[in-house]
Amino acid sequence: MARVVVDVVMKPEILDPQGQAILGALGRLGIEGVRGVRQGKHFELDVDDSVSEETLHRLADTLLANPVIEDFSIHR
Amino acid sequence: MALSKYRVGVVTFPGSLDDRDALRAVRLAGAEPVPLWHGEKWLSDVVAVILPGGFSYGDYLRAGAIARFSPAMQSVIDGARNGMPVLGICNGFQVLCEAHLLPGALIRNDHRKFVCRDQRLRIENTETAWTNQYEAGQEIVVPLKNGEGGYVADPATLDALEADGRVVARYLGDNPNGSYRAIAGITNEAGNVVGLMPHPEHAVEELTGPSTDGLAFFTSVLQKLVGIPA
Amino acid sequence: MTPSSAAQRSLVDTVKAAKKDSDAQQPYRELGLADNEYARIREILGRRPTSSELAMYSVMWSEHCSYKSSKVHLKQFGDKVPVEAKDILLVGMGENAGVVDIGDGWAVTFKIESHNHPSYVEPHQGAATGVGGIVRDILTMGARPVAVLDSLRFGPANAPDTARVLPGVVSGVGSYGNCLGLPNIGGEVAFDSTYLGNPLVNALCVGVLRTDEIKLAKADGPGSKVVLFGARTGGDGIGGASVLASASFEAQGKTKRPAVQVGDPFAEKVLIECCLEIFAADLVTGIQDLGAAGLSCATTELAAAGTGGMAVDLDLAPLRDETLVPEEILMSESQERMMAVVTPKNLSAFMAICEKWDVTATVIGEVNDSGRLTMRWHGEKIVDVPPRTLAHEGPVYQRPIRRPYDQDALNGDHGNGLPRPKTGEKLRSTALKLIASPNLADKSWITDQYDRYVLGNTVLAQPEDAGMVRVTDERWRVEHDGEDSKLGLALATDGNSRYTRLDPYAGAQLALAEAYRNVATTGARPLAVTNCLNFGSPEDPAVMWQFSEAVRGIADGCQQLGIPVTGGNVSFYNQTGTSPILPTPVLGVLGLIDDVSRRTPMAFDQDGHQLYLLGDTRDEFGGSEWAYVMHGFLGGKPPAVDLDREKLLADVLINASRDGLIDAAHDLSDGGLFVALAESCLRGTTGVRVIVPDDVDPFVFLFSESAGRAIVAVPRTEEVRFTDMCTARRLPATRIGVLDVLESAIEVQGQFRLPLAELRTAWASTLPDLFG
Repeated sequence: MARVVVDVVMKPEILDPQGQAILGALGRLGIEGVRGVRQGKHFELDVDDSVSEETLHRLADTLLANPVIEDFSIHR
Repeated sequence: MALSKYRVGVVTFPGSLDDRDALRAVRLAGAEPVPLWHGEKWLSDVVAVILPGGFSYGDYLRAGAIARFSPAMQSVIDGARNGMPVLGICNGFQVLCEAHLLPGALIRNDHRKFVCRDQRLRIENTETAWTNQYEAGQEIVVPLKNGEGGYVADPATLDALEADGRVVARYLGDNPNGSYRAIAGITNEAGNVVGLMPHPEHAVEELTGPSTDGLAFFTSVLQKLVGIPA
Repeated sequence: MTPSSAAQRSLVDTVKAAKKDSDAQQPYRELGLADNEYARIREILGRRPTSSELAMYSVMWSEHCSYKSSKVHLKQFGDKVPVEAKDILLVGMGENAGVVDIGDGWAVTFKIESHNHPSYVEPHQGAATGVGGIVRDILTMGARPVAVLDSLRFGPANAPDTARVLPGVVSGVGSYGNCLGLPNIGGEVAFDSTYLGNPLVNALCVGVLRTDEIKLAKADGPGSKVVLFGARTGGDGIGGASVLASASFEAQGKTKRPAVQVGDPFAEKVLIECCLEIFAADLVTGIQDLGAAGLSCATTELAAAGTGGMAVDLDLAPLRDETLVPEEILMSESQERMMAVVTPKNLSAFMAICEKWDVTATVIGEVNDSGRLTMRWHGEKIVDVPPRTLAHEGPVYQRPIRRPYDQDALNGDHGNGLPRPKTGEKLRSTALKLIASPNLADKSWITDQYDRYVLGNTVLAQPEDAGMVRVTDERWRVEHDGEDSKLGLALATDGNSRYTRLDPYAGAQLALAEAYRNVATTGARPLAVTNCLNFGSPEDPAVMWQFSEAVRGIADGCQQLGIPVTGGNVSFYNQTGTSPILPTPVLGVLGLIDDVSRRTPMAFDQDGHQLYLLGDTRDEFGGSEWAYVMHGFLGGKPPAVDLDREKLLADVLINASRDGLIDAAHDLSDGGLFVALAESCLRGTTGVRVIVPDDVDPFVFLFSESAGRAIVAVPRTEEVRFTDMCTARRLPATRIGVLDVLESAIEVQGQFRLPLAELRTAWASTLPDLFG
């Protein structure tokens, strides 16, 4: 069994209002130098060793992320 | 054949909210409303399907992401590809996009708040199964209520939608949710599948709606179906 | 079995152990029990309580669950039930919510409840779970919830912490209600500095059922199964239990459990549909939701109300966190849980419906006639109590009462020296400043975050005087040729804490009168009352005086108006340090209208209609919005209360609506006539031209807050009939102007002219400017 992490984040060209809001808040807190924030989702999966890379990719591509607006990365 | 013989289904997912409203709108339009359950593959011989508003399965992952995989949706997807009229309202629009029956996606409103208001729209395509009873360019007022109603797609897709006349409805006045090009609703190439963020089913009675402008969505599909054996 | 649960089993405090070491020290004070209360528990049990029993008594005998300080006062609501109301009251106070008969086989249940403290700690979740809790109360009566309203109080609108609390509360109320598919049709929002560290979040839910479908919280019939269903039990809201956990479970004791509950509206939505399907199939003999005091409350109340005994295997309760110990499970306030009593015959059908909705359901016990509630934990008996001693026979206190030392000084300072605007120009600037003040400004920044349309029965919603929904369902349509019913419910909530501070008896009655008037203004006949009583510490005699006066005022007022109190909620300890909030009784009035198409909206949109002011205007500015906004002043006496006049006014408004004599109506309250005119104009499409009557001071005319008044728009064709009706009934009706579609302004002749565009900008920009 292994812990697999899938991170999902909005594609750069799609507006991310939540990320924008965080960026705005940082300014109000007086924190400078942060040029951009994108908010995403972090999934932790406990996965049997028998599950293939391809299955994980399919899982992320069809359910965890919507490839129309989101990119994902898988860390095994 | 009397219109009331036409059976129009409304799918209830766990977390659907406006299913009763959609059933009422179908009834007021003169057809027979048929409740459908997400877990049933068989669509009870309906001739058109409405996917109602709500928060299917809680919408915790992404709005519409899980509803897409339900047994009823498998049949809806098959039916839609074979020309069956399908209308997705709000959460239903999100489900249609997740199911790739319509291009693009819906994301959180740019102002990050849920918004419920009476919204002016312009109907831009009167050829679809769900808008043929409107006049080209007709302005209507129906309720809008969403937290994730921002329509987004890549520029090429947007250009194609515009070029093909597949933008069904556009917001007038302030853009209520940051939708690209103020798009409120779109259709597929065949014109049988329509996704719409605002709620025409809440504008079918003088008593409860801001207008009765929404009713024509539901009478349109009956006009479309006249002549098709029920 | 996990190692931790094995450890739990060996370390759990049992009845056997409690009998053996009867003198063991127990942390009852840390759990909020007084010495005499602990002694009484020992007396009841004839031994020391087990730590599980101690947990149960501590939560059931808390102020929140036992009403120990308020009970002696609340009794008046029952004692003073108006004679005319006894017939309509199907279920009175004491159940989860009262039920009233509205005719045609329909019944309505409604109740308001507070979730104040959690909403300060975590505004979004606190407010959300407040909505969730009251909706479950309504569901528990066997009703389909059909609408919610919310009454909110915050610190000053421009205070930094209000910028944290208000958006969180609003998104919490909104997201939970929206996800349940319940229209939010009304309520109010007000700001005052005393709420800065203690906001008020009062949520009202109304449900509809058939008179033959009422469900009660009772465990009847030996052998019936006790089923826990809905969400799993987690460590929500059990901060207090950590005392017990560490005492009995030192080795691996959790340091701190979260004191805030987290809600899952999707789980609740599914639970609602699941319950309604179970009710429709008539599969339960008793049902109770799990709210405050969770399993402790549900098991003891069910057992106390039925055959009298119940045996529970607590270790069968499905857990979200496997490390929870029995004391924590008993105190947990995890949301979205219900408990049902089901006969063995119905059990499989019950379970099948739960499975259809993917709702976890577990039989955890059985009803018996032993008269005892017993619980086992992996076979060991850990609870053995007479259930009534927890549910109904808790401590009752007659708390000391003392009129506040500063009350006379407060009432004696009428603010007669406060400068009043004398010129048209000054009246105009006063009007603009008032309409832009946070308490009177447009609230759509808040209410646009609530779905008011869902279910398709909303006839009126905020900012109308009362929310109104049509009462109908599929069964009705099947029985009536597919037509919807025309019957409607109207609901309004009101509370004016400044009036109540000046005179709690009158202030509470003014809140009652305003909610009553608001309902009548829409054309509905007021029928029943719920209340949420938000006060400071009951251990402060001055607060207790405010409380007792307010309760007496409400009970007397309801008796005089002929409408019963059907239920409600008391929230004490609303204070920052030792400073209590302004006393805030919030009154919710339910009304009935035979034909919703006859409703009266507030908008002015018919050119040429005559504008009438109903009622008497006196020089009354004690506790007024004008004194507060323009001078930061609170003193004197609140406006006079005349409940007979309120009844008369209501009769006229209801009859005029039914007979089609008026096209618009709006009640007069905070800010007086001017604010009512502004709200009706901004809601509609016309302006008004207003004439100040000869014998009246323009300032008093425009801004006095005299009670028992409303404005109505009368079509010229109905003017004679309308004025004849007022004359015959001896209700003062003064023609004060005309609606004018070409004059897009409020023009007060001889004084000032205020264009609606300018008015709208001032009114609508306040909240967006503050909250973004």
